[in-house]
Amino acid sequence: MLELRHVGYETDDNKKEILHDINLTVQDRFVAITGPNGGGKSTLAKVIAGIYQPTAGQILLDGQDITHLSITERANLGISYAFQQPVRFKGLQVKDLLNLAAGKNTSVNDACSYLSEVGLCARDYIDREVNASLSGGELKRIEIAMVLARGTKLSIFDEPEAGIDLWSFQNLIRVFEKMYEQTKGNILIISHQERILNIADTIVVIKDGHVEKIGPRAEILPALLGSADATSAACSVLTDKVEGVSNK
Amino acid sequence: MIDAIEKNLLKEVAELDSLPVGAYNIRANGQLAGRSTTANIDIVTKTDKPGIDIFIKPGTKNESVHIPVIISQTGLKDLVYNDFHIGDDADVTIIAGCGIHNCGNGDDQHDGIHTFYLGKNAKLRYVEKHYGEGEGRGKRVMNPTTIVHLGEGAQMEMETTQISGIDDTLRKTSGDLAAGASLVIKEKIMTTGDQHAVTDFDVDLNGDGCSANVVSRSVAKDNSKQEFISRINGNSACAGHTECDAIIMDHGCVLASPQLTANNVDASLIHEAAIGKIAGEQLIKLMTLGLTEKEAEDQIVNGFLK
Repeated sequence: MLELRHVGYETDDNKKEILHDINLTVQDRFVAITGPNGGGKSTLAKVIAGIYQPTAGQILLDGQDITHLSITERANLGISYAFQQPVRFKGLQVKDLLNLAAGKNTSVNDACSYLSEVGLCARDYIDREVNASLSGGELKRIEIAMVLARGTKLSIFDEPEAGIDLWSFQNLIRVFEKMYEQTKGNILIISHQERILNIADTIVVIKDGHVEKIGPRAEILPALLGSADATSAACSVLTDKVEGVSNK
Repeated sequence: MIDAIEKNLLKEVAELDSLPVGAYNIRANGQLAGRSTTANIDIVTKTDKPGIDIFIKPGTKNESVHIPVIISQTGLKDLVYNDFHIGDDADVTIIAGCGIHNCGNGDDQHDGIHTFYLGKNAKLRYVEKHYGEGEGRGKRVMNPTTIVHLGEGAQMEMETTQISGIDDTLRKTSGDLAAGASLVIKEKIMTTGDQHAVTDFDVDLNGDGCSANVVSRSVAKDNSKQEFISRINGNSACAGHTECDAIIMDHGCVLASPQLTANNVDASLIHEAAIGKIAGEQLIKLMTLGLTEKEAEDQIVNGFLK
């Protein structure tokens, strides 16, 4: 269980406040974070992973205060984070990253199963370099496979659906469901996609750096979708994106 | 006789645990320490200067030659001229390498001048590895010179690696290519401490349809300095590409100077050079997998030079 208490974050240079008084408890299977672009969703994920240190408040993982722990320490306590924009590495191969993620030399079988979970043929990818020769969609799936290989109690995905249109949402959702079966942990997904919000137990709407709404899906989702005509920026952005995808 | 230190050097530079299969010539502390020839490969000691001539008969296929040089005495200066005559249509691998273990205060130096003559349609893979070790104050110096003459349709791939332990090095490689020949050079260098490495490539693309690709990946750590100079001269309807990709760390310094000269309107020449520190997001990604910053850095560097 992850708990954020009055978490705030302002930038080092111009003291711009990005997050303000975030209170959030992640204890469900799937918690989705949504809201308009620039609202602070990715910053929140980075604050949880330790990439940014919060400038106010406290973060607890299973009751342990991790506010001042490093990225590495948090990773070793069981936080995984799939980046919105995965990183390329000249020279490192897919199998190297899977081994580092698993914390051991994965067997060909294991590596194979992580990759096939995300719809990649292991034989074609295991020795590929994680460099510019891979497409954005391929990188995104490898990023998800790394989180699978880690199998930690908290997994954070930042817009996992971006760039995977050749694959299917149904498969992505199946990956999350299977991951939950194996880890029994919490999965935090930043997304604009209705189909992903549809599997969330809890939906959090972040706007202008604060939690605008939080509650069970049944309560939040209809309001988000139903208010397409309303003036809420969060909702119109969401609806635009959903329509953009469904019209393809 | 080869002792334990020398055995380790052999393992580092030639990946040899025991005497190799096929032709070989082992030079230890300036002396011949072992030689073997085959029906197709002859090795002959030069009479006018130090070094050897290696003759590979036309059409020789799937054979290899190992020519490691090891130095374990301190204060030894060794200079050799090795000439490789590779017959038409041959397809062979040559593994050279030099290891220095200097535990004394005198400087050790090995300068190897290797000249390759590739016949028509001959194919060569040439692997060269340089390695130094030892706690002595004496410097470990290597100045390898490689000169390649590629005949019509000949193909040569050269892999040259210097990962650690060489204090000072000037690596000169020059080549000329006849029609349809192809030359690929892959260089990997890592320097640490106060080491200084200069690599200098000079390739003449003379025949129509020939091509050269010179790719260097390097890492400069601590206070080390590297210079990468690459000149490709397109004198025909040819293709040339040179690339230097370097990571600098600490107070390392890298100078990259790729030069292209097109003397023919149909010469197609490209150069690329990129120097920079390890990207912060790469370190962060690996740290989110549980690695410390230092471990992440090592993984990135090892992968880059793999």
